[in-house]
Amino acid sequence: MGSGTSTQHHFAFQNAEKAFKAAALIQRWYRRYMARLEMRRHCTWRIFQSIEYAGQQDQVKLHDFFSYLVDHFTPNSNHERDFLDRMFTEDRFPQGSEMEKFGDYESIEVPDNYTGPRLSFPLLPDHATALVEAFRLKQQLHARYVLNLLHETRKHLIQLPNINRVSTCYSEEITVCGDLHGQLDDLIFIFHKNGLPSPERAYVFNGDFVDRGKDSVEILMVLFAFMLVYPKEFHLNRGNHEDHLVNLRYGFTKEVMHKYKTHGKKILKILKDVFCWLPLATLVDEKVLILHGGVSDMTDLELLAKLDRHKIVSTMRHKTRKENGKQVKKEEANQKSSAGRPTPWFLPQSRSLPASPLRLGSLQAHRAGRSSSIPCGAARDAKELARQVRRSVDLELDRCRQQAGLPVSRGEEEASPCTPEADSGAEEPLEPTQEEWRQVVDILWSDPMAQEGCKANTVRGGGCYFGPNVTERLLQKYNLQFLIRSHECKPEGYEFCHSRKVLTIFSASNYYEVGSNRGAYVKLGPALTPYIVQYQANKVTHMLTMRQRISRVEESALRALREKLFAHSSDLLGEFKKHDADKTGLITLSDWAEAVESVLHLGLPWRMLRPQLVNSSTDNTLEYKSWLEDLAKEQLNRENIQSSLLETLYRNRSNLETIFRIIDSDHSGFISLDEFRHTWKLFSSHMNINITDDCICDLARSIDFNKDGHIDINEFLEAFRLVEQSCSEGNASDCPQTTNTNDNGCSKPGTH
Amino acid sequence: MADDKEREGPDITVAEFHKKIKDAFEVFDHEANNTVDVREIGTIIRSLGCCPSEGELHDLIAEVEEEEPTGYIRFEKFLPVMTEILLERRYRPIPEDILLRAFEVLDPSKRGFLLKEELIKYMTEEGEPFSQEEMEEMLSAAIDPESNSVHYKDYIAMMVIDES
Repeated sequence: MGSGTSTQHHFAFQNAEKAFKAAALIQRWYRRYMARLEMRRHCTWRIFQSIEYAGQQDQVKLHDFFSYLVDHFTPNSNHERDFLDRMFTEDRFPQGSEMEKFGDYESIEVPDNYTGPRLSFPLLPDHATALVEAFRLKQQLHARYVLNLLHETRKHLIQLPNINRVSTCYSEEITVCGDLHGQLDDLIFIFHKNGLPSPERAYVFNGDFVDRGKDSVEILMVLFAFMLVYPKEFHLNRGNHEDHLVNLRYGFTKEVMHKYKTHGKKILKILKDVFCWLPLATLVDEKVLILHGGVSDMTDLELLAKLDRHKIVSTMRHKTRKENGKQVKKEEANQKSSAGRPTPWFLPQSRSLPASPLRLGSLQAHRAGRSSSIPCGAARDAKELARQVRRSVDLELDRCRQQAGLPVSRGEEEASPCTPEADSGAEEPLEPTQEEWRQVVDILWSDPMAQEGCKANTVRGGGCYFGPNVTERLLQKYNLQFLIRSHECKPEGYEFCHSRKVLTIFSASNYYEVGSNRGAYVKLGPALTPYIVQYQANKVTHMLTMRQRISRVEESALRALREKLFAHSSDLLGEFKKHDADKTGLITLSDWAEAVESVLHLGLPWRMLRPQLVNSSTDNTLEYKSWLEDLAKEQLNRENIQSSLLETLYRNRSNLETIFRIIDSDHSGFISLDEFRHTWKLFSSHMNINITDDCICDLARSIDFNKDGHIDINEFLEAFRLVEQSCSEGNASDCPQTTNTNDNGCSKPGTH
Repeated sequence: MADDKEREGPDITVAEFHKKIKDAFEVFDHEANNTVDVREIGTIIRSLGCCPSEGELHDLIAEVEEEEPTGYIRFEKFLPVMTEILLERRYRPIPEDILLRAFEVLDPSKRGFLLKEELIKYMTEEGEPFSQEEMEEMLSAAIDPESNSVHYKDYIAMMVIDES
C-alpha cells in the first residue's frame, strides 16, 4: 500500500493506460471491419463490370454469327435468300418527301381526354420546362408531339457541324454531363441542383442518353426540347448508344414500342435518322475537347470535322465497298482459308471460346467499367447483300466441284459489283469510307488505359484503348488543354487519368444497382478549371449507412453472379469432375476457384468471393454436386422447368431476344411463322440440333398458341425450350412431336 | 475471409496463401501492372484475415515499400512479406469477448452503453485516433438515435453477424 497521492496517480495512470489500450483495441477491430467492407465493395464492382463485359462479348459473338451467316450461308431456296435479305437489309433512308411522310404527325389526332403536356412550335422555354415537370409527374408525351419534336430536332441538327464550337464568353459557365442511360431521375436532379438550361447556363450532354434505364424517351424529349429552345447554349454529342442497332439489345427499342404501341415504329424510324445527325464532339474555347468515348493514335480532327456524319448510321462492323468482283472473290477465298483467324465460336468443332488475345488479357488490363455495348449488326444495302449471298453460293459450288475433282469453271467474270458511283447513279455514295467510319468508331468507343501506346480493341471490333502518350500527342497537335469523355461507369461518377489530362464524367448514379455508384457532372468557367459535383439520385441511399449500401449492392451482384454460375452448371460439373479423379464427390476450395474461373472467364477474385458463394466448410473441401444443386434450387424457385433447360434458356435469353427483335424488323412484337422457321433453321444449325424442315413447320404451327399466324417473343422463347427438351431426351433427329414431353409442353401455353 | 485451415502440408499451404494474396492484391491493381497504391495496402492486409494496429501497419508498409517510396507497392515485394505474416499467423483478429471487455473498460460504471460524446471522445482522442470520416461512419451505424448512445453488446453482435 502506498501513500495516497502516488497510489492515486498510479491507479489513474493504470486506468488511463487501460482506457488508451481499450480504445486502441476497438479502433483496431473497427478498421479491420471497414477494410473488409471496402474489399467487398471492390469485389462487387468487379462482378458487375465483368458480367457486363461478358455480356458485351456475347453481343459480339452474336454479331459474328450473323456476319458469318452472311458470308458463308448457302440458302437452299429463294425464300431463304429473301429472308436473309430482309433480315439484314436496312431500309434506305427516306429522303426528302419520303421522310416527310414518315415524320407525318399532323394527321395524328390528340384525343380530348389527353392530359399530358402539349407542345407547339417554335418551342418556348416554358414548354421545355413544362415538359420536365410533366415527366416528373410521370406523364407521357403524346406520339404526335414526339414526332413533331423529333422532326424539328432533325431539322436543327442538320445545320450543325460535326464538331460544335462553344465559348465561355457567351455563357459564363458550361456544365458537362455524361451518360444518363434512360435514368430520368438523374437528369431531373441535375437540373434541380445545377439549374435549368438558360442563355447564362450552357450544357453539354456527352452521349448515351438511352438504353438500360426506363425513361430514355423522356430524356430525349427533354434534351431535344432544350436544344431547340437554346440552340446556342445547349449541346448534344452522339454516344455509341445513339444507334438503332445497339438499341435493339439494350432496351430502348423495347421501351419505345412499349410506350407507343401505335406509333412506335414511326418514332423509331425517325430516331434512327436523328441519331446519325447528332454532332460527334464539342470544343470549348478551342481548348477542351468533349466527346463520348475517347481518341486513338489515328484521330484526325480535321477529317472528323469534314466527313458526312449522317452516313454513319451505326458504328457497325464495316466492310469496304468491293471495287471489283475479282478482288472480292480472292478476298473471300483468303478469308475461308485463313489459318490465323480463330475459328468462329459457334461452329460445332469449336465449342470452347476461342483463345484470342482479347480474352482475359484485355479484361485484366481494363477493369474500368464499360457502360456501353459494342458495335453490332450488319446493315447492308439490299443489292450488296444479295450479291454477297450469291457469291457465297457460287464459291460453295466451286468448292464442291473442286472436291469432286471437276474443273472449276468460272467462265465469264461475274459483272463486277458496281463501284459506288455507278451503283447509285448520280447520287452520292451512301456509305462512309473505311477511314471515316474508323475515325467515328474510335471517338465513340475508345477508352483510356494507364499503359502507354494504343491497343486496338478486337472485342468490340472498333475503338481502342489509348495511353497517356496518345492523349498528350493529340492535345499538343491541336493545342488543347484536356479531354472530357464519358462511356465508362465510375464509382465516384468521375475519374481523372493521364495526369489529369483526361476526365471521365458519368452521370447515371446507381447505375448497376441502388448504391452502386455516384453520378457526377463537371462545370467549366472561363478559366476552364473543372469543378465536379457528385450526387446519388436516390433518397434511400442517403439514409443507409455505408455498410447497408454495400450489402444491398453486393446482394444484387451476387445474385447476378449466381445466376451466371447456374447458367454454366453443366460445364462447371465437368470441370469439377476433372479435379476429382478419385470420384470422392469432393474438391478443394482452391480447385473450386480454378474451375469456376476456367469456365466463366470473368477474371474475378474468386477466393475473395468464395465465402459469399460457398457455405464455409471446415475442412476446406466442397461437395460440388450438392453445391450445384443448391444453385439450381435458387433459380428454379422461379419456374417449374427442368434445370438444364432453364440453364440453356438463361444463357441464351438475351441472344434470343435480340435475334427476335432483329427478325421483327417492323417492330411489331410479332414475327410471322415463315420468319420463325427460317430463323429457327439458322439458329439450330449453330446449336447443332438436327431438325428437318417438316418438323420445324409443325413446331412453328404448334407454337402459335393462339393460331393467328404470328408468334410473339414469349412463344419464341418457349419454342426454343421445347426443342431443346426433346433433344436432350435423346431424340436429336426425331421430330419433336413424337416425344411425349413435347405434347406436355405444348399444352402449357401459360408457362412463360 | 482467409480463415480456412490448411491441413495438407506446408508447401501446399504456401501455394494456397500465394493464390489468396494474389487475388486480394489484384482487386486493387487497377492498372494491371502488379502494383497497388500504398494507401490500399491496409485494406488488402486486413481482408486477408489480419488485424494489425495502425502502428504495425506503418511498419509493414516500410518493409514492402521501395527504397525510394513511389507511392506504389509492388507485388513482388508484398508477396513474401504477406506470406510470412500468414504463415506465422501474426496480427490475429480480436475475439469477441476481448472486444466486449475493451468496451467495458470504457464504461466502468457498467451501464451497458456509452454515450455518443463519450464514444467520440475515446475514439478521437485515445489510442490511434479516428479521422472525422471514420468517426462519422462508426456513429452512423452504432448510435441509437433515441438514446444517443451505443449499446455495445448489441453493437458487437450486429457487426459480427454482418461479417459472416
